[in-house]
This record gives sequence, structure tokens and C-alpha cells, in this order.
Amino acid sequence: MIPITLTVNGEKVMRHVEPRRHLIDFLRLDLGLTGSHAGCEHGVCGACTLRVNGKIMRGCLILAASLDGAEVVTIEGISESGEVADLQAAFVARNAAQCGFCTPGMVMTAAELLAEGGRPTRGEIREYLSGSYCRCTGYQAIVDAVEDTLRSRSAAP
Amino acid sequence: MKWPSMGYARAKTLAELWSALAALGDGGKIIAGGQTLLATLAFRLSEPGTLIDINGINELRGISTNDQVLRLGALTLHADLCVDPLVKAHAPLLTAAAPLIAHPAIRNRGTLGGSLAYADPAAELSACMVALGATIITASAKGERRIPAAAFFTDLLQTALEPQEIIAAVEIPLTKRLGTIEEITRRSGDYAMAGLVATLALDAERVVAPRLVYFGVGNIPVLAAAASRALEGRSLDRASISAAQAALADDLDPPRDLHGPPEMKRHLARVLTERVLLGFLSPKVQAA
Repeated sequence: MIPITLTVNGEKVMRHVEPRRHLIDFLRLDLGLTGSHAGCEHGVCGACTLRVNGKIMRGCLILAASLDGAEVVTIEGISESGEVADLQAAFVARNAAQCGFCTPGMVMTAAELLAEGGRPTRGEIREYLSGSYCRCTGYQAIVDAVEDTLRSRSAAP
Repeated sequence: MKWPSMGYARAKTLAELWSALAALGDGGKIIAGGQTLLATLAFRLSEPGTLIDINGINELRGISTNDQVLRLGALTLHADLCVDPLVKAHAPLLTAAAPLIAHPAIRNRGTLGGSLAYADPAAELSACMVALGATIITASAKGERRIPAAAFFTDLLQTALEPQEIIAAVEIPLTKRLGTIEEITRRSGDYAMAGLVATLALDAERVVAPRLVYFGVGNIPVLAAAASRALEGRSLDRASISAAQAALADDLDPPRDLHGPPEMKRHLARVLTERVLLGFLSPKVQAA
């Protein structure tokens, strides 16, 4: 077992982990944070996307053991902080969450695009989200929700 | 499926890495970003005894230049290549290539050294390094080696790396040559069905020392000698581009893969050849 000390959603966490534990199982099974979803578990579907040291990454392609000293933020964290409250409201308004499995990864990914502060086109939004699969195929509504949020944020003073 | 049971160790310096590798022998496996390795573990394509994490080794980091080369540490992230000002100034080809690799969440963790060491035949960066005439700098307990990128990739997923040897950095010669990359993928971020990186110089509109490197169409990045020769000294126009396309028949021997038969890959390679070479022309010439 490997000892790690890290920050998860602002809270200091100390645990011993098996090397084979990936970050998503660590969050879901060891910490009870089930917002990050384990989908394909080989880096393709994007449902496990979360933030490590300020950047989005695939939780299923990161060893928990490698995160000593890291800062992890999950969908629970950015929901609680209010950072994506407008994006989440837009997801509801646009019916962009159907079964909801891809939604946490979609929101984490879109949050990074929004935080970059640019004015991405619809095509650029699609490109940014292209690593996240929605098997309900609700892409149109998801892109709508991101576009709405982008528009309202750039209109805000 | 879940990863196999395995050990884990961190190396903070190269010296620590060499002693860990010596102690573990064949059971030791290097992990950097893990974006290739950890996916292969999920498929149980390999079962390493112990992963040795090199992310803490500062000697493997950094992007710098001197009079002759741009030096990229092996731990340079794909995301760094997308935005780094030195890369943009001295190797804009890499600035253009990096966004084609997978997706933002992968680019934020995947490393240059890892991509080259795993030598996927459809990887963009391997082909770029061959086209740029880069030198792969390796390190081991025995010291450094300097290997031209064109000699580094030896066979499918195989490189010139010896056991217990790692990529430390890549050096790219500073030149005024032009470079461009195009690929064809089924979905954005997928490995390319076929791709082409081309570098060349233009002297009074004549092509000088072109290097056309195709990826996803063979076991390694394919430096197309005949097609490159067909362009040498000529101006870029319909005739010379057609000559390069025809010459490709001698350069490429693509295997059948999930995407389709060899003839489809040959077709895609010809399409890419035209797209890439036209891309070197000014809009005015291209319209003509």
C-alpha cells in the first residue's frame, strides 16, 4: 500500500492505496464521492473527467498512488463552489442531461473551456467536448447548453 | 477491466531511477503520463511487476533553445506543445500537430517522451520528429545516446531504446524550413486512419530537401523517399504534386487494418499529399 496525502475538493485527505487503484475508484469506493463516473475505464469515454492540479484529466488513467501532494476537484467540488451553477442550469433548461451518465464529465470538460475565457464557435465547442461520449446521443442539447452559458457569461458585465 | 496487481515506486532523480531499474530488472516499467500505458493495462496487454513513476524527475522537464536546437524535455505535455511560445516560434509544426492528439483531458497528462517511446505507427509526434530531423536523446545508467528520429522507430511499437534506457529529451534543429500536418480520422481525436507530415524549404518557389512522412500507413512513420525525390527542385504545381502522388506507390506498403484494405490507405495517402502540398502554396498560387 502506498501512502498519499492530497486535497480533494479543498479537503485534506490521507489514505493508503493499492498501486492498481485508479483515481475514480479511489474517489468512488474509498471516499464515497460517486459523482465521477467509471465508464470505459480505458480513457475513451470521458465520463470520469475531473480536475487534477487545475487541469481536466481522465480519472481512469491516473494512479491514485501518483497523486501525493495533488489537488483534485470533482463534479461535487465545482457544484458546491457554484463555479458552474449557470452551466448546470443551462443543462437543465436545455434538457442536456438525459440518462445523466456522461453529464459530470461533460460539465467538467465544458467548465475548462468556459474558464479559458475565449469565444469558441459551436464547432470549437464540439471539438473540445469530442472526448466525451453521450450514448443517449444528446450532443445537440449539450452543445446548446454550453453555448448558452458562454453567451450569458460574455454578456455579463 | 481493472489494472493488474502491481508495485509502485517514485524516482525523484535520474540516479534514483537507475538504481530502481537495476533492482527491479525486467519487472520494472517506467510510467510518465500513463495515457498509453494505463490503457494497455486495462486491456491486460502487459502485466508489469512494478511501475516506476518518473514525473518527479526535473532533469526530464523543460523547453529551451540555444543557437542550434529547440530542446524539449521528455516530460513535456502535449498541452504544453499546444501553447508554448518557444515551440510556436521554433517548431510551429508541433504547435499545429499537438491539438490533433486525442482530447484536452489526455493532452493535459500525456507526455512527448511517452508518445515516442510507445511508437504507435499512427502517432502524430513520431512522424513530426522524423520530418523535422529531430534527435532523440536517451539516457541510462551507462550515459546518454543521441539517435536520429529516422533511426529511432524500428518496427511496430518498437524503438531503438535498450532495456532500462529512457527518452530524456528531443532536440529539433532550428531552421527556416516550412512544415505542415494533415490527417484523416473517423472521429476527432481518434488515431489517424492516415496522416502526413511534410517539411521542406522553398527557394525561389523551388522545393528544397522535402521530407514527406506518412503515419498510420505502416509499422513505423514512413519517410517517403520516392515521393520526396519527385518534388526535389521542382515548383509546387499540379504536375509535381501528381508526380509525388504517383511515386508513393514505391514508398508505401500499408497493411490491412480495422479501417480498411491497403488500397484505401494508399488512396488516403494520395489525398493527403495533395492537401498538404497545396497548403504550402500562397492563396493566390493555390487558386491558380
